[in-house]
Amino acid sequence: MSLALDQPLRVVNVGLELFASALEAAGVCVVHVDWRPPAGGPEVAALLARLDD
Amino acid sequence: MPVRTVVRRSYYRDSMVLMRVAEALRALPGVREAAALMGTPANHELLVSAGLATEETKDAVPGDLVIAIRADSDASAEAGLAEVERILTERRPTDAAAGRALPRTLESALRQMPDANLVAISVPGDYAKLEALRALRRGLHVFLFSDNVSLGDEIELKRAALERRVFCMGPDCGTAYINGVGLGFANVVPRGRVGYVAASGTGLQAVVSRVAALGEGVSHAIGVGGRDLSAEVGGIMTDLALEALAADPTTEAIVVISKPPAPAVVPKLETAIGRIAKPVVVCCLGARPAASGAGRWVATLDDAAESVVATLRGGAWAPRPFTDVPGVRARLARARTQAPRGATILGLYTGGTLAHEAGLVLEPLVGTTAYRLVDLGDDEFTRGRPHPMIDPEARAARVREAGQAAEVGVLLLDLVLGRAVHPDPATPLVAAVYDARRAAAAAGRAFVAIASVVGTDGDPQDLRRQIATLEGAGVEVLPSNAQAARFAALVIRPGLEAALLGGS
Repeated sequence: MSLALDQPLRVVNVGLELFASALEAAGVCVVHVDWRPPAGGPEVAALLARLDD
Repeated sequence: MPVRTVVRRSYYRDSMVLMRVAEALRALPGVREAAALMGTPANHELLVSAGLATEETKDAVPGDLVIAIRADSDASAEAGLAEVERILTERRPTDAAAGRALPRTLESALRQMPDANLVAISVPGDYAKLEALRALRRGLHVFLFSDNVSLGDEIELKRAALERRVFCMGPDCGTAYINGVGLGFANVVPRGRVGYVAASGTGLQAVVSRVAALGEGVSHAIGVGGRDLSAEVGGIMTDLALEALAADPTTEAIVVISKPPAPAVVPKLETAIGRIAKPVVVCCLGARPAASGAGRWVATLDDAAESVVATLRGGAWAPRPFTDVPGVRARLARARTQAPRGATILGLYTGGTLAHEAGLVLEPLVGTTAYRLVDLGDDEFTRGRPHPMIDPEARAARVREAGQAAEVGVLLLDLVLGRAVHPDPATPLVAAVYDARRAAAAAGRAFVAIASVVGTDGDPQDLRRQIATLEGAGVEVLPSNAQAARFAALVIRPGLEAALLGGS
């Protein structure tokens, strides 16, 4: 996607469900992710961020 | 009194769900205190201080959920634990109705919505970079609400975004609007012709709300996170956002909102603004332009709103301390009867930029020793718990403490409305103000409570009702944060009247 801002918003929400509900209330298409921390905690997440390309 | 605890190993729920669990438990008959939290070191301290720690809870690790209940009887505690089970297994109504299973990862969500163009992320800071990178690498815009993300990680994320020419709005981005649609804490405002670049969520909320009251709407508001104009980040996203708004045909004027940029970044910002053919209003609270000429620099959020509307309409504009001087005089006569001599001002804020702005207004008027400002949305207060705009308890507790503090003569408050914000923030705030007044009265003291409300007529909380609730409790509600801070100064420094209200 380019910087063009004229497309209707289509959102994936990762985290607080409240934000998905607020977007739905505003009429936005949203898919909410039932997010859980990766097993192994923050250290593993940091490692994944480096490898996950 | 029995304390019952349950530890669920490797069981994550977000801070909002846990807040709901704890609230529901406290409302049950016979339950005296309850906690629902992840087993982080800070939360272990909380459990100990609340007298809720047990042998069972002490081994809980950050990935474990801890539930603790102190109740009048075993039966009440058992009922509480059953209620926990019910709330934790509740499904989102919209997904339950549609018979949908929720995706567990960004990848599976994108299979459900292959044409998604933005990913909103509000996971705990330790995990935010991983999720944001996954989205940016797919060329998707990111709205990153999470805070507690390191500066190094922020730079890496923003460079990744720049490379793909997408926005990384945040970390610590409270509010944004794309195509007039609000993300995060967003006031309901009309779509319109003012575009924003905002390094401040509540600052943006304050300006869009005031601009809406003046009859203008928002085209896009690109949030960039509070550190974008730091020397280290160097305004990577601010530059990109200015470029996008300059090219956007629906945007006729631009407002830049931020705390002061690093001195090294100011000339760069001015150069970027200088290239834009549209009018640009700059509200970098506490900063002045290095080389005048580019953009109209204003001192407060109020001024930014009024100035941009006047610019669009081709009218003259000059800043003014108060919009309703006779109204302020009447309030002042009332307030002065309550504030003790030698009183100081305590500001308890949920909006960081509003707290910062209050400091800028107060310092030259009353001096640095006459006020203290606390931003309860700061990283140190939000680790492992919801933002105070969602969960009013942290501030309410400090309001109650203020009632015991002999030196506090003025309590200065903000109340921020909008989508995703607490459904009725005035009610718990007012309850705390009443408690504080009782505590002060018992010690033969009184204080003046002053507030401003950021909100619009379209917000779900009902702006008028929120103001009425505050005023019903004797809180003086001023039309903006800067005016509230000036009013606080007038209450403790009668000598300022001529300067702020004109001769009488």
